[in-house]
Amino acid sequence: MSERQIQLEVLRYDPETDREPRFQTYTVPCLNEWVVLDALNYVKDNLDTTVSYRWSCHMAVCGSCGMMINGEPKLACKAFIHEYPDQIRVEPMAHFPIERDLVTVVEDFITKFASVKPYLIPKEDKPVSAGEFKQTPAELMKFKQYTLCINCMLCYAACPQYGLVPEFLGPAAISMAHRYNQDSRDGGRDQRQEVIASHEGVWECSFVGACSEVCPKHVDPAGALQQVKVASTIDWYKEHLMPWSKK
Amino acid sequence: MSRNPYVREVPKTSWFFRQPRYMRYMAREVTSFFIGAFSLLLVVGLKRLSEGPEAFQGFLDALRGPWGVLFCLAALVAAVYHSTSWFNVTPQAMPIQRGEEFVPGKMIVGAHYAVWAVVSLIVLFMGI
Amino acid sequence: MSKSNKPIVWGPFAAGGTVTAFLTPVLTLLALFAAMRFSPDMFTYASMHAFASNWLGKLIIFGVITLSLWHAAHRFRITLFDFGVRADLVVATILYMIAAIGTVSTIFSLLSI
Repeated sequence: MSERQIQLEVLRYDPETDREPRFQTYTVPCLNEWVVLDALNYVKDNLDTTVSYRWSCHMAVCGSCGMMINGEPKLACKAFIHEYPDQIRVEPMAHFPIERDLVTVVEDFITKFASVKPYLIPKEDKPVSAGEFKQTPAELMKFKQYTLCINCMLCYAACPQYGLVPEFLGPAAISMAHRYNQDSRDGGRDQRQEVIASHEGVWECSFVGACSEVCPKHVDPAGALQQVKVASTIDWYKEHLMPWSKK
Repeated sequence: MSRNPYVREVPKTSWFFRQPRYMRYMAREVTSFFIGAFSLLLVVGLKRLSEGPEAFQGFLDALRGPWGVLFCLAALVAAVYHSTSWFNVTPQAMPIQRGEEFVPGKMIVGAHYAVWAVVSLIVLFMGI
Repeated sequence: MSKSNKPIVWGPFAAGGTVTAFLTPVLTLLALFAAMRFSPDMFTYASMHAFASNWLGKLIIFGVITLSLWHAAHRFRITLFDFGVRADLVVATILYMIAAIGTVSTIFSLLSI
């Protein structure tokens, strides 16, 4: 097994003593098949126990270890060392406040995500005895890709409009709203539209497309947002030019 | 333990230098300046056309010359960049589902390029 | 939060984006030929006037020019914001005004041909 020396530059910030973040460099002997998260774990286990970062599954499922790796939003567990030069710089996800070291403050995302009602709102209440809500494979395909979102927030770290306008609801929240709007079992679109068709909703998006490029699960939030724009525009013209066509 | 989150400000006038994809995005957005200016040129040309042969000839004469050539060339480059960036994302904005499968994005993009080529050739031969 | 009225301008922006994507490259190419005196019988007054004289021609010209204008006005508004110009209301008013003046001018020109 081949080993390689990596200079791992980690952005450090201690909220109790530091006025601003600073880089600290660690020399890490990496195995070729390692990911950046392994290098961080090596630092934590062998060099410096004070380094803070979030991680859990080590297999791109939990969505905890999102960070900027050489300036690009990545999951540390999916960023293979062999794809990087000998100097690797890790920083906390852009556009989020830094809690400590690589740990970010994510309350803003969680509030926004909850605000779009990311759950099924059935069209009508149905007793359990009436059986399940059935769905064809074609109806499932309409929204399936959006269910793969793991809430890692890399799309927020990539989205310049979220960085410039912090009120923006952002890619993952709106694309998850779109996921439920597209679900044949759902009847909650009108409620979600109040949130996502607002000024701070989909209209802050200018289709940079960065969110979809960085998504580790190959979800296409940028596409979802454009579809929401088209649907919201059709809604608006229907409401204002054809008020008699109330659905 | 007290919380004291550190906020990193996004530089309002230089954020797009941070990633190449932001630069590509800004290039796409800047095409709107040239497309807008060219549209205004058409507005003026149409007005001169409505004012009679001399006025229209005057408009054409004003267009001729190095500045006119330079402007049209810049507008052409911007317009082509706009077209490609616009067509390339059509499968994202308007996906087409047939049964359980989505029509491959390449086919949607390809169809747009084909129509673009045909329309361009027709207009070109009408114009020349 | 309330629903935004952005669709008023986003509708023409999207429609205009599609129209300009198909047509503006070839139109700018023709304009380039005209500017380079590529051929003497390009854009003669008679041929252009004839095209703008019938209703189909008028409709095409109106659609292409006005949608291009509104597309460009809306996108340039966002472009200026992205460059750091934060007076969005002023920017929007000026740009949409230019597009509106262009639209009105196009209508008058077409009606008098």
